[in-house]
Amino acid sequence: MTDLISLNAAGLADELASGGTSSAELTRAYLDRIEAYDTTLHAFLHVDAEGALAAAHEVDRKRAGGEELSPLAGVPIAVKDLFCTVGQPTTCGSRILEGWVPPYDATVVSRLRRAGLPILGKTNLDEFAMGSSTEHSAYGPSRNPWDTERTPGGSGGGSAAAVAGRLAPLAIGTDTGGSIRQPGALTATVGVKPTYGGVSRYGIVALASSLDQAGPVTRTVLDAALLHEVIGGHDPMDSTSIDAPVPPVVEAARRGDVSGLRIGVVKELGGEGFQSGVQARFEEAVELLVGAGAKVVEVSCPSFVKALATYYLVLPSEVSSNLARFDAMRYGLRVAPEDVDDPSAEQVMAASRDAGFGDEVKRRIILGTYALSSGYYDAYYGSAQKVRALVARDFEAAFEQADVLVSPTAPTTAFKMGEKLDDPLQMYLQDVATIPGNLAGVPGISVPAGLAEDGLPVGFQLLAPLQADDRLYNAGAALERLLLEKWGGPLTPPEVMA
Amino acid sequence: MPDSPHDDPRSAAVAAGTPQAITRDDVAHLAGLARIALSDAELDRLGPELSKIVEAVATVSQALEGREDVEPMSHPTPLRNVFRDDDVRPTLTPEDALAMAPAAEDQRFLVPKILGEE
Repeated sequence: MTDLISLNAAGLADELASGGTSSAELTRAYLDRIEAYDTTLHAFLHVDAEGALAAAHEVDRKRAGGEELSPLAGVPIAVKDLFCTVGQPTTCGSRILEGWVPPYDATVVSRLRRAGLPILGKTNLDEFAMGSSTEHSAYGPSRNPWDTERTPGGSGGGSAAAVAGRLAPLAIGTDTGGSIRQPGALTATVGVKPTYGGVSRYGIVALASSLDQAGPVTRTVLDAALLHEVIGGHDPMDSTSIDAPVPPVVEAARRGDVSGLRIGVVKELGGEGFQSGVQARFEEAVELLVGAGAKVVEVSCPSFVKALATYYLVLPSEVSSNLARFDAMRYGLRVAPEDVDDPSAEQVMAASRDAGFGDEVKRRIILGTYALSSGYYDAYYGSAQKVRALVARDFEAAFEQADVLVSPTAPTTAFKMGEKLDDPLQMYLQDVATIPGNLAGVPGISVPAGLAEDGLPVGFQLLAPLQADDRLYNAGAALERLLLEKWGGPLTPPEVMA
Repeated sequence: MPDSPHDDPRSAAVAAGTPQAITRDDVAHLAGLARIALSDAELDRLGPELSKIVEAVATVSQALEGREDVEPMSHPTPLRNVFRDDDVRPTLTPEDALAMAPAAEDQRFLVPKILGEE
């Protein structure tokens, strides 16, 4: 059984194809892991053992019948609790959706089902994906398998902790400002934010619609590419979905050749404010790529300095609008105000939203309402939209000099529970290097780059031009291979590992 | 809506990097617009918290010095209207649509009164 757990998804797919194991056996092995370790990690908000096993048996039956199956058929997966799932609750980490079971599946979920990946359950997140530590989950934080006194990052800390802690071979996340990549960095997992529009947003509870993007959370670059291929591609149900084939990500991940590749080190995404061990692992990784034939150029993207400020105007503005749908009328929590006889719909709405939303969500809704209010709109939202255009221009200019851009994924390693909880601005800084990619819509990946001086994982970020996601997989796979040769094997967390 | 940021004194203060602090009354007004019945403790806390955040984000305009002509960007990809095919497709049944309703009656959502009584 230990063998099954130590294999990555591509290895598991081979085992399944060759008859070395069955999906039912594999799914049961992971359900056992969840039972043994999730009381510690709290990666899951809901586990669907029955549904996962039923899906596994179905795949096994099809395989026995000689049916042609998707490459990842039978490999179990965990899904962030922001995706609508028929038959499983979808809470978004919020009290306002406690117990809510959606009437339809997100496109990503229906594609996973169609490809035969048993869904183990729904993973924890900061409420409505607002946060960088999962501490803003209404159901309690997830813990980092590398040190359970520390956070696994966020908002997708549950998915990252599940994959890092070997509670799932694969997971799905969403990345609005870094919610896939930063947890990837903090837990030594691979996390990909595809090009905006590359993966359907249909059925994902919206945070900021112009920034949200779903993507893979995995142990290896190839696993991420295989999963990207399952979930990516045009969806008529999402009007912003790109009507073009998925870039050749799997082929790129298998190639992993950086000879002649121009790697742009972004001056503004590193140095001051970045932990010394993080910076050191980053620079060593760049050297490794150079040793494999890549060329390094330094690029400057001056507007990135204001990307974080831009994001914290654009995002709350969209949040204040998107979260208006939680009105206590058709679904979700309904609370009657105290001391009011026969309350109006509006009073019920306001009382329900106060009771159902947590502090960070309220903070961002109020901030967004402020940024969009008459008299301030031009100075805040209007200016932010202009700086957003400058960020996109900086990317365009940088990609004329380099094929991919690189930086540390997050400025620090995993931080202690509670350390940044009372200082929103410190928490927001976790995403300083990932946010520019969301503003411009370009794809990004975080690849484990080793351990810092504190013994905790560091992530290496690669960014590519719009719809050139395959470049991330090519360069990411090359770096991964070079690092594995150096380490003699993958990084595995010391905690909760049998 | 003022024509330029500087036409409104509040926006001008933001552009100059000196946004006004958000007061308790401001928070109460915004919470009303956002339909959140904040408690007294929340109203007390949010003013100073938001003022700090606003002070940080108000610096965006610094990146625009000399570049006011740039076109605002709302979205990473060009948006265009998308029509679906005009096919008859299955929709939710009333039972499915109402299954998660806080209250329902006669195949309809039951909601509190929406008009004043006086």
